[in-house]
Amino acid sequence: MSQRLEVEIAGLKMQNPTMLAAGILGLSGASLREVIDNGAGAVVTKSVGLKPREGYPNPAVVQVNCGLLNAMGLPNPGVRDFVEEIRELKQERAGVPIILSIYGFSPEEFAQTARIAAKMGADALELNVSCPHVKKTGSEIGQSPSLVAEVVRKVKSVVEKPVMVKLTPNVADIVEVAKAGVKAGADAITAINTVRAMAIDIETKQPILANKIGGLSGPAIKPIAVRCVYEIYEAVDVPIIGCGGITTWQDAVEFMLAGASAIQIGTAIASKNLGVFKSVTRGVDSYLRRTGFRSIKDIVGLSHRC
Amino acid sequence: MSAYLTAASQLRTVRILGVNNETQTIKSFIFRDRLAAKASPGQFVMIWVPSVDEVPMSLSTINSKEGLATITVEKVGEATGKLHKMKVGDVIGVRGPFGNGYTLTNARNVMIVGGGTGLASLAPLVEEMAQHKGRRVTFLLGAKTCGELLFQERMKTVFATMNQKIVATTEDGSYGTKGLVTEPAEQLLAKEKFDMVYACGPEHMMYRMFVLTERFRVPFQASLERFMRCAIGLCGTCVIGRFRVCKDGPVFSGDQLREVKNEFGYFRRGFNGRKTAV
Repeated sequence: MSQRLEVEIAGLKMQNPTMLAAGILGLSGASLREVIDNGAGAVVTKSVGLKPREGYPNPAVVQVNCGLLNAMGLPNPGVRDFVEEIRELKQERAGVPIILSIYGFSPEEFAQTARIAAKMGADALELNVSCPHVKKTGSEIGQSPSLVAEVVRKVKSVVEKPVMVKLTPNVADIVEVAKAGVKAGADAITAINTVRAMAIDIETKQPILANKIGGLSGPAIKPIAVRCVYEIYEAVDVPIIGCGGITTWQDAVEFMLAGASAIQIGTAIASKNLGVFKSVTRGVDSYLRRTGFRSIKDIVGLSHRC
Repeated sequence: MSAYLTAASQLRTVRILGVNNETQTIKSFIFRDRLAAKASPGQFVMIWVPSVDEVPMSLSTINSKEGLATITVEKVGEATGKLHKMKVGDVIGVRGPFGNGYTLTNARNVMIVGGGTGLASLAPLVEEMAQHKGRRVTFLLGAKTCGELLFQERMKTVFATMNQKIVATTEDGSYGTKGLVTEPAEQLLAKEKFDMVYACGPEHMMYRMFVLTERFRVPFQASLERFMRCAIGLCGTCVIGRFRVCKDGPVFSGDQLREVKNEFGYFRRGFNGRKTAV
């Protein structure tokens, strides 16, 4: 791959701008390694917390038009047990950043989890203040700029590693939350997590997801995510990682023009399998070559000139 | 309708058209679903039991002519318990078929090893094989006791048309040879040259068959079972090594299993990602 594709986010060097989004496949070291071997520039793990969680009963995932609805409920083995999965991976695949997504039910819990995650070798942390379907965490924190600021401050005070904040679109003004996070010390912003949504089966007249309400991902939310990245780019100086419905290289370029320095891929793996990382990377590379740009940096936020 | 993802991964609600009591603890449920009826042997579906759960199930009949499919369910937990109470006309949800089924090769001398409800996914494979003459099939069937041997009539009908040999074992000796199905399998493998071995059943049995086929250098395929959620390769619940059972399996080749031999037969992951012994 060419140098055109190299990006650096908050000190993390990546060979290409594609990252595995949190929540997808990131529960075991071997599956993260498989994603890396299929060309991801960096990987974000499933969100881990202080204690293990089973998550919600099934159905936890249902397909809807243009998107996917899920309410997994933050299943994870707990940050301490996750060490085992990450340690080996770190040795085998040095050079590809491994970003631990963490959640907590309070700013203190976030900080405690962050400290353990950093110690176990995470290259960076992504704070999940945006999961839309678990009470007392995720977007219940992420909807309050002051709570987000408190979480970021507490985490930054205990870890030296770069800290990204993943934001929820389920707010009136995402810019306000982004600004609060950055002011508190966030090194990058990831936008966006899933959009609160639901589906009802008309035969049984029941909500399909066991949790009734879940988060919508996939192509359906891409325009929402592009708008969020665009708005945040005008308001903050830290790098933005675009996430939400990215399936093709054209989607990736669109996010970069809106202001994203890198992009995350999740739901597209269901339709395009793990080859999606290489196909997006190749497409972005030939776009840059064809349009005469020497680096991804040169197109980040270009749509703001108009 | 959007072409996003595939029609197969959308949830359909279907009515149960028929219920068969197979054994005291196993029932079959027949439903009409065009997509499930087009599955290949060994693929699986996700069955939604409204208000209770959604669970992965093998298809035990695949009838593309009439658009019918069947799941064969052992009563083991909440979802299967609720299913066992369901009657003709009740509604269940179906997603799939998902994953890779058994690969039919031009192998001439084939061994099929089924244990317990593992027969559910093997029965359509046997019926498919019966369509193509010139193959010799040795069928090894294992169960705890005589009453738990599945599809005896159905298998007799298929086998009547085939060049075959059947060996049945029960752990209590109430039918066939007393003992585990892997014992006659080992004897046969030592005696005879097989071109392919298929297995579905308890993981210990499949692991033993894997070890035997490695020793006797026979190509192998086995259908694995893991906890599942999304069934479309995203959530990571069903991972074994670098593979996702829902997408890369559920049927794996001996070559693939060799890659995960520290995990296959030893542990599976719970919904929280933690390892538990198989």
